[in-house]
Amino acid sequence: MGQQVPIVDYLVLDDGAPHLVAHQCESCGALYFDRRNACAKCGKTSFGTKALSDHGTVRSYTIVHRAAPNIAVPYVSAIVGLDGGGVVKTNIVNVDPDPDHVQLNMPVRMTTFVAGMDDDGTEAVAFGFEPEESA
Amino acid sequence: MADNVWIIGAAMTKFGRYPDKDVVDLASDAALDAMADADAGIHDMNVMAVGSQFEMFTLGQQIQKQIGQTGIPVYNVSNACATGASAVRTVIMAIKAGEADMGLAIGAEQMGKAGLLGNAGKQRDKKNVFEPSGRYGGVMPVEGVLGTGIMPGVFAQAGMEYAAEHDGVGFEQFAKIAEKNHMHSSLNPLAQYQKVFSLDEIMNAPMQAYPNTLLMCCPTGDGAAAVVLVSESKLKTLDPDVRKRAVKVSASVMTSDPWVESGQVQPDVNTLTRMAADQAYEQSGVDPQDLDLVELHDCFATAELVHYDNLRLCEPGGAGAFIDSGGPMRDGKIPVNVSGGLISKGHPIGATGAANIYEVATHLRGEAGDRQVEGAKVGMTHVIGLGSACSVHILEKQAV
Repeated sequence: MGQQVPIVDYLVLDDGAPHLVAHQCESCGALYFDRRNACAKCGKTSFGTKALSDHGTVRSYTIVHRAAPNIAVPYVSAIVGLDGGGVVKTNIVNVDPDPDHVQLNMPVRMTTFVAGMDDDGTEAVAFGFEPEESA
Repeated sequence: MADNVWIIGAAMTKFGRYPDKDVVDLASDAALDAMADADAGIHDMNVMAVGSQFEMFTLGQQIQKQIGQTGIPVYNVSNACATGASAVRTVIMAIKAGEADMGLAIGAEQMGKAGLLGNAGKQRDKKNVFEPSGRYGGVMPVEGVLGTGIMPGVFAQAGMEYAAEHDGVGFEQFAKIAEKNHMHSSLNPLAQYQKVFSLDEIMNAPMQAYPNTLLMCCPTGDGAAAVVLVSESKLKTLDPDVRKRAVKVSASVMTSDPWVESGQVQPDVNTLTRMAADQAYEQSGVDPQDLDLVELHDCFATAELVHYDNLRLCEPGGAGAFIDSGGPMRDGKIPVNVSGGLISKGHPIGATGAANIYEVATHLRGEAGDRQVEGAKVGMTHVIGLGSACSVHILEKQAV
């Protein structure tokens, strides 16, 4: 069993339960998943970090049927507004990928899954969101 | 006070696929036709701007070698899907600044069959070892793993966000938009496709990214469009036959996207469009109800719907009711995309923003043939390039 690494650096796996973290502007509170040279909202240059909620609601979604090679279709892509601030793009997982099962404004919670393995056996762990009412 | 700017020549190639021509040929065809339409020649031009998204190496100078090298300033511009409009606006700004009294703007693109556009991620080579890289510290491509960034899905999400916030908007409303634009294109000989499809055929076409089926997505393609612009003082010295067909640029606006919370994960196509529209109405003194036709950026059916609201063509929140009532049909309250729109006229990226201006100017001149909107006096063009850039123009038929 190899080690695990997060697929992106804003997913934290080694500090309690898996969660998302954002750079936060110390002046205006704007949140960024990537590093910024200055805040795009207010222009200031000091940033801290903020742990984000693993619960949110689906603001929008699409069901992708035609994708890049090696991506299994159909899958659900969504924009999720997180409780307490922050908006994330994610797959909706553990749901039938059709409009009868994916609902706008549906409550969802974060989960993690293994998305790939490199040639040394290291696993990349990704995050997804699943409907709150699923098991 | 800066001089007003007028259009005296406009032309476009048919959009489609041109395996036997290159982008310089397409641009030159449109440029020569636009200058002939203006009863002008290359020696009358004091400035030139050329837009292309994929031809980055001094395309304007390559075109000059085909249509005339006169030593005038040429600007090569790129602004995603707002590239063509950016070229037009560059010439307008040069005229308003008093640096030129007549200029040529060209938008051109040769895409071929490009397939899906977006950030699909790179294939890795040889031994694959996870190493964080880039601004997100990614170890592998995230497309399809952390949502989608490919265009049909991105714009599907833009439309579905509107559906989440407003009643009466769903798959059928989006599909009706594609039905309308395909029907409109059947009257436009310059459109890439001219085929009518039923609502049923559109909704049952292969799904790309729900709710966008294949017939609700614009094609890739090749084409060019060109516009000749003059200052009002110069226009007054020109031949009466040129003055008679001149179209006034009553508003010319460009915006980029201001910060919004969700902007880092989903492009916000709404805020900058609303800003551009409001500035254009303010500049021109035109009200939305005055518009006789609108050419807006329907790269996907889901995009057209949200822009009914963003451009103030319908009641706030009423975009679904607007398409359901036939408001944007060619015989409706405000005809939208009577050219067939990007969905069926085509979308050679750099050409699109100039071709929209050609389309509206042609209607205002009463020269649009079978697709003519009768008695059109005022029209709007809108394009948006993701990233984002938005350009809105309001054109009017007036006596000078």
